[in-house]
Amino acid sequence: MYSFRHVGLDLSEPGSTSTRLLDDITLDLPAGRLIAIVGPSGAGKSTLLRMCNGLERATSGTIRWLGRDLATVDVLELRRSVGMVFQRPTPFAGTVADNLRVADPHLSDGGCGELLRLVELDPSLLDRDASTLSGGEAQRMCIARTLAVTPAALLMDEPTAALDLEHRRSIEGLARRFVDERSLSVLWVSHDEDQVERVADVVVEMAAGRVVEVRTP
Amino acid sequence: MNGAITWVGLATSAVLVGLAITISMARGLGLERSLLWASLRALAQLLLVGAALGLVLDDGRSLWWSWLWVAIMICFASWTTGRRAREVPGAVGLAAIAFSAATAVTMGVLLGLGIFPTSGRTVVPLAGMVVGNSLGATALVGRRIIAEFTDQRAEIEARLALGHTSRHAAQPYLRTAVRTALIPQIETTKATGIVFLPGAMVGLILAGAEPAEAVKVQVAVMYLILGSVATTTSIIALGLGRRLFTTDHRLVRLTRHTG
Repeated sequence: MYSFRHVGLDLSEPGSTSTRLLDDITLDLPAGRLIAIVGPSGAGKSTLLRMCNGLERATSGTIRWLGRDLATVDVLELRRSVGMVFQRPTPFAGTVADNLRVADPHLSDGGCGELLRLVELDPSLLDRDASTLSGGEAQRMCIARTLAVTPAALLMDEPTAALDLEHRRSIEGLARRFVDERSLSVLWVSHDEDQVERVADVVVEMAAGRVVEVRTP
Repeated sequence: MNGAITWVGLATSAVLVGLAITISMARGLGLERSLLWASLRALAQLLLVGAALGLVLDDGRSLWWSWLWVAIMICFASWTTGRRAREVPGAVGLAAIAFSAATAVTMGVLLGLGIFPTSGRTVVPLAGMVVGNSLGATALVGRRIIAEFTDQRAEIEARLALGHTSRHAAQPYLRTAVRTALIPQIETTKATGIVFLPGAMVGLILAGAEPAEAVKVQVAVMYLILGSVATTTSIIALGLGRRLFTTDHRLVRLTRHTG
């Protein structure tokens, strides 16, 4: 799905020296698998994930996505094909249905309900103010919102970090089902070793902006 | 002129500054020096401005001198906006564009449609109203946008990640910021005549104008201010909405300044 060749990212801010966030990443990420990216804080996991969605841009090297050079791909097309779920739920103002229609304004009520069922939420929540959802419900709504654009891949940046154990397990189950039943590719950034063992097909271990190991759990 | 006051009258009005200083001393506010300095500074500044305006507004003087005065006001206001909103990238340039556009639009309507005659006596005060009254709102909207983009960064990125263009993703947050900057002006406009009598009208009545005439001028001035505040805040929002994203729809990193 993604192929990285000697990819680096230097962050330069005015008045300070540049910081190397990613350093010489060479990596192939296969499609249709649940790939966990692990490593300590500051290892570059989230930066790598954000690059896959065009929220960060490499300053050196080449990234290919489905065989195409990412630098030449329309970023809006990329983002509609590769959905992203963030660490903390980001409900927008309005109802749950309003949130889903931010992703796809043409969604019918039936389509909205279907999306909620997909993430194991009751369709009766559609008219609820999204700000009143619990953390776990809000995160699942955000996943449904991301799925509304029918992406071929899901990028999940520590999506369970802010949730309790019950919701954590439920989101893990969802991601696993997306891969097994819908052939979605999932890239999952995690801090949690046990979680990685439970859900991942492939584990990419990073440290200090570099990939140190790629293994199967 | 009915409302003209003599130099002795002006000096006597300073009794009221004395009253403020006495209150400060009695209540232990420690503001005596500040009150005295502010009053003297305002007197000196206004006397200087009055003398300069006298030269510019002289009947035989070319109108270009008035426009030069307006240009200097715009430069000074832009620099002040830059100082008040240090966290806003490119604030001075954006403010200069916003003040110039607001002046052009409002003066185009008021002078171009013959609502006021085109002369130094109308150009300088009206442009002063435009720039002076939009100064606060311009700095406020810039700071508000940066605060919104800093606080709501995750939400904006979530919108971008759904494939929205930067313009589309920024819209709700820019709208909130512009509303915040415009609402005080709308409230002031609504309260006019009930809660307070605005300066232009008071000045005209003191100078001997009929109240009905003073009201007509004041209403035109109020509309001028509303139009100029709406124009400057929208231009700042439009400009910052572009400046805070890269061309490939990524949010630029922002550093929040304090104070």
